[in-house]
Amino acid sequence: MDSTPDSGAQPRRRFLTEAAAGAVGACCAAVPLASGLVAWLDPLSRNSGAGDWIQVGGLSSVPDDGTPVRVAVISGRSDAWTRDNAVPVGVVYLRRTAPSQVVALHSVCPHAGCFIDYQTDRKAFFCPCHDSTFAVDGSINDPRSPSPRSMDTLAVEVRGESVWLRFQNFRSGIPAKVALT
Amino acid sequence: MKKLVQWIDQRTGVAGLLHEVLFERIPGGARWRYVWGSTLSFCFFVQILTGVVLWMAYSPSANSAWESVYYIQHEMTGGWFLRGLHHYVAQAMHVLLVLHLLQVIIDGAYKAPREVNYWFGVVLLLLTLGLGLTGYLLPWDQKGFGATKVATSLVGIVPIIGPPLQKLVVGGSDYGHHTLTRFFALHAGVLPGLMIASIAAHVALFRKHGITAKQPYRKPEANFWPDQVLMDGVACLAVLASVVYLTVRHHGAELHAPADPTLPFNAARPEWYFLFLFEFLKLDFLTQWFGHQGELVGAIIIPGIIMGILAGMPFIGGWRLGHRFNLGFLGAVLVGALLLTVKSMRSDANNPGFQAALAQAQVDADRMVSLIKTAGGIPREGAVSLLKQDPATVGPRLFAQHCASCHRYGGHDGLGLVSAESPSAPDLRGFGSSSWLRGLLTADQVTNLSYYGGTKFRTGKMVRYVQEKLPARMAKNPGALDDLIEAVVAEADLPANRASAGARLQRVEAGRTHVATTFGCTDCHAFRKADEDATAPTLTGWGSRAWMVRLISDPTHADFYGSRNDRMPSYLKDGRLTEREIGLIVDWIREDTAPATWLKPVATSR
Repeated sequence: MDSTPDSGAQPRRRFLTEAAAGAVGACCAAVPLASGLVAWLDPLSRNSGAGDWIQVGGLSSVPDDGTPVRVAVISGRSDAWTRDNAVPVGVVYLRRTAPSQVVALHSVCPHAGCFIDYQTDRKAFFCPCHDSTFAVDGSINDPRSPSPRSMDTLAVEVRGESVWLRFQNFRSGIPAKVALT
Repeated sequence: MKKLVQWIDQRTGVAGLLHEVLFERIPGGARWRYVWGSTLSFCFFVQILTGVVLWMAYSPSANSAWESVYYIQHEMTGGWFLRGLHHYVAQAMHVLLVLHLLQVIIDGAYKAPREVNYWFGVVLLLLTLGLGLTGYLLPWDQKGFGATKVATSLVGIVPIIGPPLQKLVVGGSDYGHHTLTRFFALHAGVLPGLMIASIAAHVALFRKHGITAKQPYRKPEANFWPDQVLMDGVACLAVLASVVYLTVRHHGAELHAPADPTLPFNAARPEWYFLFLFEFLKLDFLTQWFGHQGELVGAIIIPGIIMGILAGMPFIGGWRLGHRFNLGFLGAVLVGALLLTVKSMRSDANNPGFQAALAQAQVDADRMVSLIKTAGGIPREGAVSLLKQDPATVGPRLFAQHCASCHRYGGHDGLGLVSAESPSAPDLRGFGSSSWLRGLLTADQVTNLSYYGGTKFRTGKMVRYVQEKLPARMAKNPGALDDLIEAVVAEADLPANRASAGARLQRVEAGRTHVATTFGCTDCHAFRKADEDATAPTLTGWGSRAWMVRLISDPTHADFYGSRNDRMPSYLKDGRLTEREIGLIVDWIREDTAPATWLKPVATSR
């Protein structure tokens, strides 16, 4: 390693050269890396924009005997470059609890995100993936049910004859109900 | 020739390299147990080759991914075979990885100084699983979409970094174009790139340390070439033969109908090599022991501990009895995974709901193909837009959701699921046909659960008429009932009867007079003319599309049941269904579903 004439004789200069080589190399790597990283992180700076009030149907479309009815929530949605003015953004179960009171239960399972099915003959909700079961009001009705929480409810307002709700998605697999943004 | 070889060798050293590759020493000679690494390299080579060609035909976006895979599968020459090879070789790789890992652990090839080499092997195992997971989504069909929703939800439960990581993996808050572009970049770029680098390091380190020969030696030391190369080649050929067999037998890989997030998909399952993990999350002890944290423990912590022990095996192997522990641990994990896989498959096989959903998925997939063939291609809005207009696809689903709590269709809910509860309204399969009507007009059938058995009309006028008056009137004029049935069924104008309508005309004419005279139907029903005194549903247009749509829209209308209506909701009046949706149910019940009747075939320029 002592074959170079200046090494040893000028250790200070040698250190500067090494540091400079390292810095130049780091700069060359950092710019493309950072440009990629910033663009890759883009989704973090975007919010779903969910939470607006959306009309989901007439009050009369919800059976008055408390049976849940499955309803697609139709709203505007941007998926990257595609803009749709009226597409299904999610699916909820609407259930009447009083003559003009409606509860909305999210169809996505709080366990692992599968689509919860309502079973008419059992009068209960059932997730076909990991067998989570929920009572008709969305609560966990079996201690062996793997879901960490009851089905997620959404804010509902009955305005005259129509049902409105604020649609949101929630994180699954945790006991707390936390909205995805 | 020799000169040319020399010229190249002097400039590249290729002969020495070749010599090193082929004349690797194998103490104890060639053996079958050493073939697994080579079969895996071969599989990876096939995946690169088939994958690059698939890439040339694949389009990752939410409204073109399924469509481009459809094109590969059903239109491209040899496309199904190419896709089948890629699919089944991926499955073979998972099997071969387990065999390779077993051989390495049993032979002690993971111990010092080969730790780093072994770790590259563990990394390759994870990369292969990652390729399987990302590849499953790319067709954007029902099962890939369903499985990916679960897999990405599991990412989200990791504490602290989970939620942002999930967003980065999904490419936003919701599934869409960027989920596909990101998964595709991982599947075709990042993961294979890492894989190539890891394989290079894995093989280089293998060469550096030499083979871990199995003791005792059976034969004298030999070179890699030619005995071991032949064995490796035969093993690769056997893998290829199995894969080609599976590909041809199943006509390539399965392609379900395109993903539709608005529909429940009750047959969502991961690929079979992830089933053990899927089933593991269903085990009771997770919720019983860990409560709300059960999923975190089951999906992240326990698999993490198992991977940690697997990676720590070179150290454990150095302890007294450590090697035996490693053997026992790996054996226990593999047997456990096998048992869970069997359990999962058996519980699905015995689950009528799952089986019905699986059969429905097959029906949807076939239907999708025939719709595209009829339309002459896929409209720009995507394949789902065809399914959404299709009575045969949407009809039974709407029926199951809105009608099947009271009605049945051929005994089931429209989607093949048989309820334990007895129906409280008629079975509508074949409604409008002569066999359906004949059953209604038969004394011992009219009170069946398939007709009025579950309704309040069980004790009503119509049942009394069929049981008490009808037999006498039939006896008076044999053959008149057949004509009557022809006349009423002619009102329905079912597509199935249209071809023979001309031949029936005479009997229809005769039957029309019997309706009023011989049988006195018009005492209660209106038939082919206005009748203000009618108290029962009109028979004018009975079973026709318009009649059925009107009935479902509002059964309490005076033309139908009026105030005598028994529990049936007014679907249109109450806003439960749109007129279009009611039409889709009706078209399906009337079996008016031929694509040509509602699809406008693409005009050809010729």
